[in-house]
Amino acid sequence: MALSREDVKHVASLVRIAVTDAEVEVLQHQLSNTLEQFESLKELNTDAVQPTSHAVPLSSVMREDKSRDPMPKQDVLKNAPMIEGDFIRVRVVLEES
Amino acid sequence: MPELHDLTIHEAHDLLRTKKVSSVELTRAVLERIRKVEPRVRAFVTVTEEQALQDAHAADQRIVRGDIAPLTGIPMQLKDVLNTKDIRTTCSSKMLEDYVPVYDATVVTKLKTQSPVLLGKGNMDEFAMGSSTENSAFHPTHNPWDLTRVPGGSSGGSAAAVAAGEAFFSLGSDTGGSIRQPAALCGVTGIKPTYGRVSRYGLIAFASSLDQIGPLTKDVEDCAMVLSAIAGHDTNDSTSISNTVPDYRKSLTQDVRGLRLGVPKEYFGEGFEPGVEQAVHKAIDTFRHLGAQVEECSLPLTKYGLPVYYIIAPSECSANLARFDGVKYGHQYKGQGTMWDVMEMSRREGFGPEVRRRIMLGSYALSAGYYDAYYLKAMKVRTLIRQEFEEAFKRYDAIITPTTPSIAFKLGEKTADPVAMYKSDICTIPINIAGIPCISIPCGFSDGMPVGMQVMSKALGEETIFRVAHAYQQATDWHKRRATL
Repeated sequence: MALSREDVKHVASLVRIAVTDAEVEVLQHQLSNTLEQFESLKELNTDAVQPTSHAVPLSSVMREDKSRDPMPKQDVLKNAPMIEGDFIRVRVVLEES
Repeated sequence: MPELHDLTIHEAHDLLRTKKVSSVELTRAVLERIRKVEPRVRAFVTVTEEQALQDAHAADQRIVRGDIAPLTGIPMQLKDVLNTKDIRTTCSSKMLEDYVPVYDATVVTKLKTQSPVLLGKGNMDEFAMGSSTENSAFHPTHNPWDLTRVPGGSSGGSAAAVAAGEAFFSLGSDTGGSIRQPAALCGVTGIKPTYGRVSRYGLIAFASSLDQIGPLTKDVEDCAMVLSAIAGHDTNDSTSISNTVPDYRKSLTQDVRGLRLGVPKEYFGEGFEPGVEQAVHKAIDTFRHLGAQVEECSLPLTKYGLPVYYIIAPSECSANLARFDGVKYGHQYKGQGTMWDVMEMSRREGFGPEVRRRIMLGSYALSAGYYDAYYLKAMKVRTLIRQEFEEAFKRYDAIITPTTPSIAFKLGEKTADPVAMYKSDICTIPINIAGIPCISIPCGFSDGMPVGMQVMSKALGEETIFRVAHAYQQATDWHKRRATL
């Protein structure tokens, strides 16, 4: 399974990572190469097999709905790159169309 | 008497308990060792010298009161993927270069109840993605046995620190072999416990259905001591197992007579170095001499482990690493632009090439039109691999394999070819897919470099593993060899 340049650019936009043209070329080759390794799975018939998402069988884990102290405000803001007062500052969200 | 930094935890514990040495003395000796060898090994991202001496004083006060736990006063390192309150935790990534957690991981909280000494944080492949620690955004780590070779990865800093006498133990994390592979390449002991045995709360997530925390130590007894300290149920991790944690040291009998050991033929042959095979075969002979019933067996699905892993792990990582958007915490692009531009540039600058590659690979495997062919298919084959192990453990108490197909490779040897790098984990990956416990212990040398062997058992079979691995270490002395630095 070979990826096209457009495939690579599309995936990069989905995961919100900026890529240069030179990187697209390298990634095209490396990702295609890796996908090729996946082809062998087609040898196995899995029509009647249930998927495993976790190795340990899990059902919903419930706990009592008790309130706990929230994280202090200064802790929440401690690692934010830009803050203003008690808020995390973000860049322009609304753009002119 | 050997130098203090060469001691095991249980040896150091005996000296502390009988007050022949204080924790401050022990800590100063290890800090001195770090000063001497760290410029060449580079196993740490951060050394917390001041914290270490404070911890040591606190431990000594506890010991004076006669209150000593197995890890009290023992200097340790923690892989930099584990959140430590008020101590920088980077995941060896530019994304988290300045990140200072506001809480401790559960394993750290549990350790602190015993008053160990924190020496610092261990270097690793960025976000635990890699097999050589060359993907660290800061610097590579060097193998203490040969500084031109890699220590393995992703917990390469942990394995190198223990092998170099820069820490009595370290905690690592293992998603596809990241504890066992570096343990093997550096000649130390490391266990990946059963999935869910140790809480993942505060472990910066890579692939949540595969990640598990475990100790890297100088021998099996130390490994049992540390695992007893960190295992157990945690309400903050809904995947953690509620079964009572045994005192694993009690499983350290020297008796393996009558135990049934399987040796799967798929873990030998093409792609395996003869020196590695010879060492493991010799170890298997040792088990025969000790009275175990050893038998060749077959796990035909082994070769599908690698493709299943490289679909599931990147898929989960693409979701887990979506949280790094440069807004709430982590690296933020300083240039101008809209919210989307800044997010795309923050992630581009913050993540290294392997992390970006895996995020994209995983997102592609999950994307519309490919989900059934890749992700769903991988989860179904995962069921088959899990069942194959379950069947095998009806016949065998434990299974023995090499940990890696080769000894430690040279720095730079595999960095240009991701698939070649991925293949260094072919022996370790199937175990994470099945969720079972597995230890790697040293079993010889090839070309002067350590060789490791895996001992695995069924889910929650840690006691069997410790029994088998400890019996081997009582009959051999590979684990007592120390790198000359």
